[in-house]
This record gives sequence, structure tokens and C-alpha cells, in this order.
Amino acid sequence: MLMAETRAGQGSPRLAPYLMVAPAAALLLILVLAPLALVVATAFTDWHLGAGGAAFVGLQTFEALIADPDFQAAAWNTVRYVALVVPVTCLAGLAAALLIVECRRGQAFYRMIFFLPSVATLAAMAVAWQMLLSPSVGAVPQLLRALGLAPTNWLQDPGTALPTLALIGIWSEAGFAMLFFLAGMKTAPRELYEAAALDGCGNFLDRLWHVTLPHLAPITAFVLVFSSIHALRVFDTVAIITRGGPEKSTLVALYFIYQEAFSLFRTNLAAAATVLFIAVVLLFSLLQLRIARAQGDR
Amino acid sequence: MTYRSSSLASYGRHLVLGFAALLVLLPLLWAVRISFLPAEDVFSPQFHFLPSRWIGFENYLRALTASPLARYLANGAIVCLAIIVCQLAVAIPCAYVLAKSQATGLGIVWAAVAVGLVVPPAALALPLFVMVAEVGLIDTYAALILPWTISPLGIFLLRQAFRRVPDEMIEAARLDGLGEAEILVRILIPMIAPAIGALIMISLIAHWNDLLWPSVVVTSGAKATPPFGVMLFQVQEIGSDYGPLLAGAIMIAAPLLLVFILTQRRFLDALTWTGSK
Repeated sequence: MLMAETRAGQGSPRLAPYLMVAPAAALLLILVLAPLALVVATAFTDWHLGAGGAAFVGLQTFEALIADPDFQAAAWNTVRYVALVVPVTCLAGLAAALLIVECRRGQAFYRMIFFLPSVATLAAMAVAWQMLLSPSVGAVPQLLRALGLAPTNWLQDPGTALPTLALIGIWSEAGFAMLFFLAGMKTAPRELYEAAALDGCGNFLDRLWHVTLPHLAPITAFVLVFSSIHALRVFDTVAIITRGGPEKSTLVALYFIYQEAFSLFRTNLAAAATVLFIAVVLLFSLLQLRIARAQGDR
Repeated sequence: MTYRSSSLASYGRHLVLGFAALLVLLPLLWAVRISFLPAEDVFSPQFHFLPSRWIGFENYLRALTASPLARYLANGAIVCLAIIVCQLAVAIPCAYVLAKSQATGLGIVWAAVAVGLVVPPAALALPLFVMVAEVGLIDTYAALILPWTISPLGIFLLRQAFRRVPDEMIEAARLDGLGEAEILVRILIPMIAPAIGALIMISLIAHWNDLLWPSVVVTSGAKATPPFGVMLFQVQEIGSDYGPLLAGAIMIAAPLLLVFILTQRRFLDALTWTGSK
């Protein structure tokens, strides 16, 4: 009340808050809500870029999409990619955090190094990874040859290309997992550890199993969902290194949409795939929100 | 006894962490190594870890002359700067009102922000492309900048930060006769500077590194941003010349890495806080 009176007394119009949110509201409408509506609407039509008119075709586009072998490959590859990246990302992040949190010195240094890949331009780092794994000039093949093994070009082998991209994905995402686990460990109450020590949980493994990990359970859930959302969006390494090949073994969701929309100009098919993609991400986001709420309640 | 075992454990930890750090940096270190190799060393059957002769920054100069790399870097800077300035100009007043105002109807704006938070930007590439094409902005700076002038995450972060400023402080400023704009600029913005800093870094990382959107709306090298430049390397002379290619890749990643290393402590603390919200 006082606020309103003072403001009125100074002659500031009551419109002030509306004027301040107006630019954001307009941009949200034009750049988020309208495109969202546009892509959903397109998915139910036969429209493609350059076509004059569009006809409503109901679920036909979705039916065509689901029957499309490329889409099936992309969906399956995305699931495999997420399944490969997420658990390892979480474990690597957890292991790094467990080691770092016990360090008396160098915490900030290790944290910085392990987060560095998440900041480094992935398109450029994809080239660096290509060189690291290249049979002719790569460090890893050189090392394997020195050990008497015969390295192959993993990025050009349909059996290993996707796992290799997953490795790069883990490399670029594990920093986030480490950061969240570290934050979680810092909030573990001292008394818990003291109580555990009194109960005879003296050594590191006991404390890890009985105190640290149970305390980290909700954060682990959060990290799993967070990494899944990130892994679903894999694009850069595919676009730079494999372009979906060899034999479509690395064709993933976003690259499929990209090809359909911008090289094949099957706009409605790309729109339908986008709608499914958004739905999956939305599902994970809702899960994330629930977890965050649950954490907030504790 | 206990002390000695814990100091032994500490050595062990540093050994494992140091080795892991080396592994994590390996792609980058290998790229740096190749970027200093003379051409004859790259494919030499004899493996030399160090270059057979010191060529200085020759590969870096080649990268700058064999491709319009300087243009890409300048484009990246222009686009990121414009995006960040616009995002802040739009998000700050909106976040302030959403945090502190009781005015009716703001719930709709907040709901729109929530929708923006969960829709991945990559998923909007197709409809945004159609819109950009419709207004004839393909291959322009405007196409690279305008779609990202709104940051739902930015509004969310800044709103959280504004909420932590006590109302009494704003009241006191009002009683001192300051107008709303003055309160915002002179009192509140300095108080939420860490959140603004985190937002700047998050946006910088997202848009400097973005490959998808530039590859959708850019059709010429003249408007290419650094990651899209990497894509263009493959069809340029530089693409088959590994020394300059990696020198180019390093120059593209370096600006962000430098900013990150200089601000890491504060940035990672802010990011941790953000992630857990």
C-alpha cells in the first residue's frame, strides 16, 4: 500500500511495471510462443518451405515420420547416445567431486580444469578430437601401435562411431556433473559425519556409503536429468565430424531435423520431429522441476 | 599414524586428479602440439613428439591468411556483444518487476518465461528460420542476433537475484526521493552484479559456441561465426593442412577459454548457485 501511495505521490504512473515488462513480453511472444505455435501447426499440415498454401492433414505427417527409416535410426541412435553418455558423465562427475572435495589444496584448480571442456567451443574441439583419434596423426593410435595393437579409425566404423562421439560428449559434459556434486557435498552437514564417526563409520568408504551418497541422492537425480537433457541435444560433434555417418550410425535427433528441414526441405516432417523432440525434453524438464521442488522442501 | 595415512591418501588423490586433469586436457594439448608442427612433420612416418624444427607461429599466421578466420572471430564478437547487451536491456527491467511488483497480470509474463525455460533453443531453429526467411533477413547480422535478444533463463536468474534484495532497501531509496529508474540503475544493479556476471558468461558461452543457428541462417563466409567457420574450414584449403587447421581451431576456442580462466572462481560459484536453484 505504502509503495503504491509513494509512487502515486511522486507522479510515477501506475503503468510503470507494465512498461518495464513490455519489451520482454513482446519478445517472448514473437520469439518463443509464436515459433512454438508455428512449428506445432506445421506438423499437422503438408506445408513445406516455398509452398504457397498448406492443408491440414491431421496425424499423417507423424505417421509418415514414424515409418521413415531415417527417423527410426535417429531415434534409436539418440537413445543409445543418451544411454552411453549419461551414466558415465554422472559417475565421472561424482568421482571427480569426491576426490576434489577432500583436497586441502588445489580445489579451485581441479574444478577449473575439469570444467574447461564445457566452455571450449565444441565445434573446434571436435577437430582436436579428430586429430587425437586420427589413425595417421593421432596420439591414441600412436600409443596403441607402440603397444603392438592395430588401431582402426573409430570415427569411420559404423560400430564405434557413436560410442566415440559419446566419449566426446562425456568429456564436454562431465564438468557440470562435477560442479553440482561438489555443491551438494559442501552442504552435507558436519554433524552427519560426526555422528557417523561415533557410530564407527571411520574410514572413507564407510562414510561414502552411509553418509555422502545418501545425502547426494536427490542431487544425483538432478544431475541425471540435467545430463540427459544436454545429451539429447547433441549436434556439434555430429555436424563437424561424422555428418550422421557412417551408414547413418551417428544420425541423431537434432541432426535428423536439421537435414530434413534445411537440406531436404521436408519442412512438415522436420516440424513433426521437432514436436516430438520438444515433448521428450519437456518430459525431462518436468522431472527436473519435480526433483528441484522436492529438494527445496527438504 | 592417522596423519601419515591421510597425507599418503592426499598424495594418492593428487596423483589421480593430476592424471585425470592431463587426460581431460589431452585433446587440447595434442591440438597445441600439432599447431606447432611444420608440415613435413605431420605425416612423417617417423614419430617426433616435438617439432623437428621450430616454426614459431607460422601455422597460426597461415590459418589467418588461408581462411577468413579474423572475419569469423570479429563476427563472433559482434554477434555476442549485441546479443548480451540486448538480453540485459530486456531482462533487467522485466526481472525487477517480476520480483518486486504486485501488479496484476504479471503471472502471464512469468508463465511465458517458464515456457521459454523448458523449450530448447535448438528446437525453435526451424520456425525461427521460416520467420527470418519470411522477412528477408537470411545471411545478415540481424538474423544471428534478433532471435536471441530474449533470454528466459536470464530473466529467471535475475528475478531470483532481485528477490534477495530486501524490500526495505528499495523503500528507503524511494523515501530519499529516488525514481524507479534511478533505484534500479544506482542501487539494485550493483547489488545483483554477480548474477549479471553469471548471465553474461552463460550467454557468451552459449552464443560464441553455437553452431546450429549460424549454420541455418548464414550462407556466406562473410557472416560466419567462429563455430560455423570450423564447418567452412572443411571446404577450404586449410582443411587438409592439419597444422594451420588446429591453429585455427585453437584461436576459435581461445577467447572464451581465456575469459573463463580469468573469471573461473566467481563464475563457477555463480553457476553452482544457479544450477541448484
